[in-house]
Amino acid sequence: MTRLLALVFALAFPVLAAAEGVVLGLSQKQVRITTNFDGSEILIFGAVKREAPAPDSETLEVIVAIEGPSSPLTVRRKERKLGIWVNVDAVEVDEAPAFYAIATSAPFRDVISDTEDLRYRVSVPRAIRSVGAPMNVQNAESFVEAVIRIRQESGLYQLNEGAVEVTDQTLFRTQIALPANLTEGDYKTRIFLTRSGKVVSDFETVIDVRKVGLERFLFNLSRQQPLVYGLMSLAIAIAAGWLASAAFRVFLRS
Amino acid sequence: MQIYLPIAEVSVNAFLLLGLGGMVGILSGMFGVGGGFLMTPLLFFIGIPPAVAVATEANQIVASSFSGLLAHLRRKTVDLKMGTMLLIGGLIGAAVGVVIFNYLKAQGQVDLLVRLCYVAFLGVVGTLMFIESLNAIRKAKKTAGAPVKKRRDRGWISKLPFKMRFHTSGLYISVIPPIIVGVLVGILAAIMGVGGGFIMVPAMIYILGMPTKVVVGTSLFQIIFVTAFTTLLHATTNFTVDIVLAVLLLVGGVIGAQIGTRIGLKMKAEQLRILLALLVMIVCGKLALDLLLQPSELFSIGAVGGH
Repeated sequence: MTRLLALVFALAFPVLAAAEGVVLGLSQKQVRITTNFDGSEILIFGAVKREAPAPDSETLEVIVAIEGPSSPLTVRRKERKLGIWVNVDAVEVDEAPAFYAIATSAPFRDVISDTEDLRYRVSVPRAIRSVGAPMNVQNAESFVEAVIRIRQESGLYQLNEGAVEVTDQTLFRTQIALPANLTEGDYKTRIFLTRSGKVVSDFETVIDVRKVGLERFLFNLSRQQPLVYGLMSLAIAIAAGWLASAAFRVFLRS
Repeated sequence: MQIYLPIAEVSVNAFLLLGLGGMVGILSGMFGVGGGFLMTPLLFFIGIPPAVAVATEANQIVASSFSGLLAHLRRKTVDLKMGTMLLIGGLIGAAVGVVIFNYLKAQGQVDLLVRLCYVAFLGVVGTLMFIESLNAIRKAKKTAGAPVKKRRDRGWISKLPFKMRFHTSGLYISVIPPIIVGVLVGILAAIMGVGGGFIMVPAMIYILGMPTKVVVGTSLFQIIFVTAFTTLLHATTNFTVDIVLAVLLLVGGVIGAQIGTRIGLKMKAEQLRILLALLVMIVCGKLALDLLLQPSELFSIGAVGGH
């Protein structure tokens, strides 16, 4: 399938000097969030498949981008009112991925030009869509910057320059760390091959991140049958309370 | 060992949660308080989203109160009639509290409200308790065992209509004050994720004039139903009750409470109360500082529409 896709890509861009395509491998196509989930590391490796010998003039660079499910956000800003810090204004960001990691084979700006970045929406700020802030909010860009800053600090947005190893202009590999506080969904994985800032080929696949087992069951129950879930929580609490009391009495008697 | 909490969607260390549960359990065993007012802020500190912390803590209180109530029922120190009146008020209050909570959540002010409530109540209760126990220690040194004058005159409260006889408490008073006390505690329970014992116990003694020996059992009786109701409301409207988190805190809490009771038996009542007062004031101070000092990050991310 990947081979076929690569071939389709190769055929789709016959004008390029050397039609190059990606043959990709992933260490795991599925990430399972289990009860003891503590983050995960995904190994992404692949080879460049080409019809003609590689051009010697420009080196081949590789970008790997993994993007988590997007959702609209409300970003709030605090300000000092009457001596305490209160949320004053809010901006809605239309789409921001819950996770976004980029790995490149060289410094980001050397690998891809700004126009190509705009076209493929590769860099972090380009992956966030914000249509507009309410009129009364000043410098709305700072809200989007705050989203990037906060998520960078918690490891949810990563830019790893030079993290992709390219061997003989053909083989590439990189590792991307998925943090423990991951949300579930389809993680879009994109690979770009570039030469002197231009994208010569791209490839897309999906990594499936899902809660499984107990996590899946509890989460679904809490959303689909909230009353049953609430009653179950209470039953467990009361049973535990009774058990503790009973155990204590046995302990006292002995 | 990291544990991924399915509702909070964060990964935390299981032993940290067990330890927190145990620590608060020791304190609640030592001082005879539910411990919700300490646990909820501690959950904020370790990064549990406030909405989840409040809802889950309500569920945990059900467990610890049930364990305590069984002991009081065996000793027959529960005024069920008075408890029912407080409960009627409490359920109304809890419903009002959850509505306020959800409204403020949509406005983005819920963190502020919860923290302000904590600072205000912990500050007042901590200070009063500290002064009262200091005085008690001073008095104990001066006159060993002077008879305490009991105030039986409750003024305006005795003039209210709808009087009812409460046999266990030995009272003949209007049902209005207990219901009002219940409503206030219910609102607090829903907003702050606490049982409200630390407010209700003084109110029962000083406002309603109930004898001290039935106060704790009766308040536990009321707390179980109010917090159970709060848990259900949070579970069905906000989806914020995290059962995995609750179970971990519970296990630690139950063990801690047994240890705490033993330590408590070896200490003097005044010393215990002073320690508790200091603890309450420390938590209050930390929360107040967070509100007063400039936070390192002025921006915060929330989901659209408060979900």
